[in-house]
Amino acid sequence: MTYTPEMHEMIKVVEATRARRINERYPSMSLEERQKLLQVFHPDYIKAGMRELVVGAGKGQRTPLELADVLEGRPHISPDFDLGQPEIETDVLIIGGGGAGASAALLANENGAQITLVTKLRFGDANTMMAQGGIQAADRENDSPAIHYLDVIGGGHFTNYPDLVEALVLDAPMVIQWLEKLGMMFDKLPDGTMMEEHGGGTSRKRMHSARDYTGAEIMRTLRDEVRNRPEIEVIEFCAAVELALDKDGKVAGAVLKNLETEHLFYARAKAVILSTGGSGRLHYQGFPTTNHYGATGDGLVLAYRAGATLSFLDTMQYHPTGAAFPEQLLGQLVTEKVRSLGAQPVNIHGDQFVYPLEPRDVEAAAFIRECKDYNNGVITASGQPAVWLDTPLIDIIHGPGTIEKGLPAMVRQYKRFNIDMTKLPILVYPTLHYQNGGVKMDAHCRTNIPGLFIAGEVGGGIHGRNRLMGNSLLDVTVFGRRAGVSAAEYSHGNQPGVPDLAHVDMWNKMLDEAGINGALKSPILLPKYTRQV
Amino acid sequence: MAELSELVPVYIMGKRYDVPSSLTIMKAMEWAGYTLIRGVGCRGGFCGACATVYRVKDDPKLYFGLACQTVVQSEMYLGQIPFFPAERATYDINALKPVAATLFQVYPETLRCLGCGTCTKACPQELDVKGYMAAAMRGDIAAVANMSFDCIMCGLCAARCPAEEPQYNIAILSRRLYGRYLSPHSTHLEKRLEELSNHQYDDEIKNLKALDVDGLKSLYKERTIEA
Repeated sequence: MTYTPEMHEMIKVVEATRARRINERYPSMSLEERQKLLQVFHPDYIKAGMRELVVGAGKGQRTPLELADVLEGRPHISPDFDLGQPEIETDVLIIGGGGAGASAALLANENGAQITLVTKLRFGDANTMMAQGGIQAADRENDSPAIHYLDVIGGGHFTNYPDLVEALVLDAPMVIQWLEKLGMMFDKLPDGTMMEEHGGGTSRKRMHSARDYTGAEIMRTLRDEVRNRPEIEVIEFCAAVELALDKDGKVAGAVLKNLETEHLFYARAKAVILSTGGSGRLHYQGFPTTNHYGATGDGLVLAYRAGATLSFLDTMQYHPTGAAFPEQLLGQLVTEKVRSLGAQPVNIHGDQFVYPLEPRDVEAAAFIRECKDYNNGVITASGQPAVWLDTPLIDIIHGPGTIEKGLPAMVRQYKRFNIDMTKLPILVYPTLHYQNGGVKMDAHCRTNIPGLFIAGEVGGGIHGRNRLMGNSLLDVTVFGRRAGVSAAEYSHGNQPGVPDLAHVDMWNKMLDEAGINGALKSPILLPKYTRQV
Repeated sequence: MAELSELVPVYIMGKRYDVPSSLTIMKAMEWAGYTLIRGVGCRGGFCGACATVYRVKDDPKLYFGLACQTVVQSEMYLGQIPFFPAERATYDINALKPVAATLFQVYPETLRCLGCGTCTKACPQELDVKGYMAAAMRGDIAAVANMSFDCIMCGLCAARCPAEEPQYNIAILSRRLYGRYLSPHSTHLEKRLEELSNHQYDDEIKNLKALDVDGLKSLYKERTIEA
């Protein structure tokens, strides 16, 4: 489990060049160089991994094969499923209990709506919990929301929806204060100054953190606050399998499934917020993922089948530094904060080969090129390519103890497998991390379906074709809050008519017409990891 | 790779399965055919959903760990932990004072701690739970907050506690009191919020929104990167 003797020999090469590298600044790429690299080495550009959708409002849109298959799956329920006896009646139904759902619940509650939040696993078992590195907000003297705006939109290759970026950067400082007033513990200097670092693609240090448990600290604080408001109903182990609409196409609730008893039932609601997160567990192009167990793209399926517009679904984020060794950690996140603090990516010859903090898509593509094209990677016993991440540099630059204090989760993670990352470099390779696109929404989290609101990773357009570090924890809180407000307001003035599942009937017919007869039921709810024998 | 490593016997709820020795407890259960619903969450050591208790043959000791982070060993006895309903108080964080009395008022059982250290032995994060409970009894909120910071709220401490303490809930109350009241104020954040409430940045953002891609690109290229 610990490094093999061969690996220890390779580490000596990394150690031998360390003194030279400490003061060596590898040049960052121009926009043109970035584009050239991406087109050859980023998985988004592998044509064989994509296909066009043939059914639904997004017919002709390109998306990864695995996602296309679930988007064009068969519904769990038949169109004549009985919606006459709702088991839940509420103003706002929130589907998904991560950072976005919890933020939405708090704000919808403060805006006078009755709320039911359903979540497929436990409340808080979500990608928010696993986000380590930080949350961006332009709150220092040398920074401004406008500079943040430029970083976001440049990182997204100038494709982001401007209204969403505006909301993201202008709300950011307020969200930091909101979290702090809820009792979140940010990393600060004794005088109260926030300790802020760079992330890939930032031009100012604006990454706020809570050690390397930033997302966990946000999630457990929000969850604790939701639990302090008993009027918010939370139902765990409860997934959504279909939205219900009325004759006018307005949302009228959802059909839910108790994952353990498999009981299906209707929850009537005036407004629905989808905060179901991402889809890393679909393992696009066979990549391992950093995502939590429930990240199966359910919200995309529900929204798409009901007629919502999707955007940027041909772009996924591969985090440059997934763990590549030991095998038990394969694909798990090595936070970008490791590079923010000074660790350099290094090849088998002990040389730097990329600026450590390029935007994630560029950094990941550079790792892939170094291994697959230049053959300068390390190959582990299981055949996994990897590059070194020279972590001991952090303590050399900032002083002994910095790693243990700033990255306790990472140190613990590796210590469990007898690797001391404060003393030895670690092996990393890109891993599937984030769904850049999603359901198209406006700055008030509205979709083209009246009464359907979107918050968090399931949404599309904020990050364009590539998200920067620290903007997803920001996204879930900013747009979670906004969705809560919008849905509550909507629920005060709208009462859906008789619910039905006509769109399910229509969907089945469209699948038949397109000749899609596969048995795949979607949303898939959980990945299949049992051994296939 | 899993197929390449040797097989070892493990017992899941009493039944023997031969599984590759490189697997974690979680993957071994999946290998054995279990589709997990409970006892699985982030699969990365952060959410606490898969906290588990296991034994090894001929060893009477109970061992604790996260199923997603613990590798199987030969003759391991595995079971899934049921949902654990520890006591949790309801409170309004805005109405509390960051003083010792608050801890004792919200969680009177705090003072019942026996100091036996069973909680510390059970913690899969290897936190000094007994130590932060001692700090809680002294009313040292800052110490509880900092010592418990890496808690993933799995609940194993509470599950093992003979005094029925909800340690992890006392810990999050302390962290929230610390973050809300005791942590020093960020004047730069307050200043920025005041500027934002005066709409100081609205025009600048409006101008950026109006730019075409070429205009944005040239501004992006001109950015200076803070050292």
